Amino acid sequence: MSVTFTPELIIEQIINGLTIGAIYALIALGYTLVYGVLLMINFAHGEIFMFGSFAGYFVLAWFFQSGFATNHAFLSIVMAFAGGILVSSALGVLVERLAYRPLRNAPRLSPLICAIGVSIFLQNIMMLFVEAKILMYPDVFPEKAVEIGPVSISNFQILIITVSIVMMAGLYVFVKKTNTGKAMRAVAEDKDTAALMGINVDRIITTTFVAGSSLAAVAGVMVGMYYSQISHMMGFIPGIKAFTAAVLGGIGNMPGAMLGGYILGVAEALGVLILPAQYKDVIAFSFLVLILIFRPRGIMGEVVAERT
Amino acid sequence: MIKQILAERLSRRWQGILRMPKWLQFVLITGFVAVLPPFIGNYWTHVLAYIGIYVMLGVGINVVVGFAGLLDLGYVAFYAIGAYSYAFLASPKFGIHIPFWMMIPACAALASLGGALLGIPVLRMRGDYLAIVTLGFGEIIRILINNLDALTNGPKGLLRIDPPTIGSFTFTTPTHFYYLILGGCLLSIFFTSRLNNSRIGRAWIAMREDQDAAALMGIDILKYKLLAFAIGASFAGVGGTIFAAKQGSIFPDDFSVMVSVNVICLIIIGGLGSIPGVIIGAIILIGIPEVLRAAAMYRMLAFGLLLILMMIFRPMGIFPSARRKLELKKED
Repeated sequence: MSVTFTPELIIEQIINGLTIGAIYALIALGYTLVYGVLLMINFAHGEIFMFGSFAGYFVLAWFFQSGFATNHAFLSIVMAFAGGILVSSALGVLVERLAYRPLRNAPRLSPLICAIGVSIFLQNIMMLFVEAKILMYPDVFPEKAVEIGPVSISNFQILIITVSIVMMAGLYVFVKKTNTGKAMRAVAEDKDTAALMGINVDRIITTTFVAGSSLAAVAGVMVGMYYSQISHMMGFIPGIKAFTAAVLGGIGNMPGAMLGGYILGVAEALGVLILPAQYKDVIAFSFLVLILIFRPRGIMGEVVAERT
Repeated sequence: MIKQILAERLSRRWQGILRMPKWLQFVLITGFVAVLPPFIGNYWTHVLAYIGIYVMLGVGINVVVGFAGLLDLGYVAFYAIGAYSYAFLASPKFGIHIPFWMMIPACAALASLGGALLGIPVLRMRGDYLAIVTLGFGEIIRILINNLDALTNGPKGLLRIDPPTIGSFTFTTPTHFYYLILGGCLLSIFFTSRLNNSRIGRAWIAMREDQDAAALMGIDILKYKLLAFAIGASFAGVGGTIFAAKQGSIFPDDFSVMVSVNVICLIIIGGLGSIPGVIIGAIILIGIPEVLRAAAMYRMLAFGLLLILMMIFRPMGIFPSARRKLELKKED
């Protein structure tokens, strides 16, 4: 491979990395939030992301068919996000209610295996529903390159990075400033004590699933627009990578998950300059193994690798 | 009324079977399985052989998950190591043709070396972290197989792998492989049941139940975890070798994450830590979908649902191990 490492190329790769990193960060937040309150890895989170993406697709496809999208492109996108958020949140709450709640006090392996079951189940439900087809995401607005000096960024990339930052800022304010957020932190700290203080723990856990699933849905719709095709398998790899990002930042730690997402995205994008693109996933997984060995608490997290 | 009587009789007969000495049950079942092939035809022989490979894998991962309590989601990596090692050294790819019987111990050793190499860094983690890291490891191996074209031919796969031979006799028909796999299963079951009742097995169980207490009792946690990983992996190595020899050609798609998930599911559905459970689990998860080809679309859906329901309603599996049953009773 003979790639000349011009500064422009490197900057463009960093921007590509930040874009995909923003997606990882949004999904990673869902893992971190759920881990915070339930101390379990929600293995099905990648599928919740996938469902959000499909819901957005169906909303957009419908608007295109009825011709609404041609005049109201912006409104259509907003509605697609809303549809995704609605479906994913409902799904997240349902999964928590039916599959995770009965196992809340079970040995730790049980909820994890149950979550794997949920993940397989959801993936196959969607496969049957769309007949295993790869769907083309409707183009709401054309992809345009924005030139900033010698570097070009696409308008999608700007959208993704901006939306992710806005969403994360919103979540941060929600968790730090509102009463519900405070209750969420209390539940993460100690469920029993929180319950004694009059916090409805079940309700807070449901809220947590809604928040995490909504962020995943937004990520799903944006991934659909950015890569312009979606399939029922799309949740698996981003799910694992977002988990890596959450661990990288220190699982249970919100700013950590965001930072972890961006770092992982950029590392992958830069790694592709050196290694063939097929090895992109190898980079991420090796990253995960290395972090867990050398810094199990992540960049800004607490010690968890030894917690049972 | 009739129903009741029937049920009673059935249960009495069933209890009679269960009350027989263990070795007699074992001999009866083995004898029954051994005389099957002439009666059931090639297709069913093939299905049973396929189930047999999964029994071997299940018995192996039972050591890791059931005995030692380490959730390994990258088990397929060791299966792949066994299969590809045999394919490299017994096919026209590199013009090397090492006999099958020499490759069996070699592949077992290679796979357990792989297990140890993965184990050293990751075994300090517990529970769900271990699961995700091993899952990542399995993916890394699959991606490498898919892309190291010079070595593995990538998605085109490795073809014309040597079949096993004894003297001038060559294993070719499904029936031949059926007996080969049956032998493999019996040996695996023998080894693991001996292991389970050994000092090592008791150390694993102590560790699974309470790692800190076990460490205080003088069990070297890391050593025993590593041992579980390495021994468990060796079964997958042998399983992979037999799989490669039976198929005659292997492709990266044979080693997807779903193999690991299937193997984990079958031991969970059968009953963690129990050997009859592994066999029942393999028949349910591998055999039934193979037979219900028409329902192949719904197979994974049913899998997922089964996992969820099992975890909620019967976490100890269909055939819980005696020790597990005892443990669960004590808690009541």
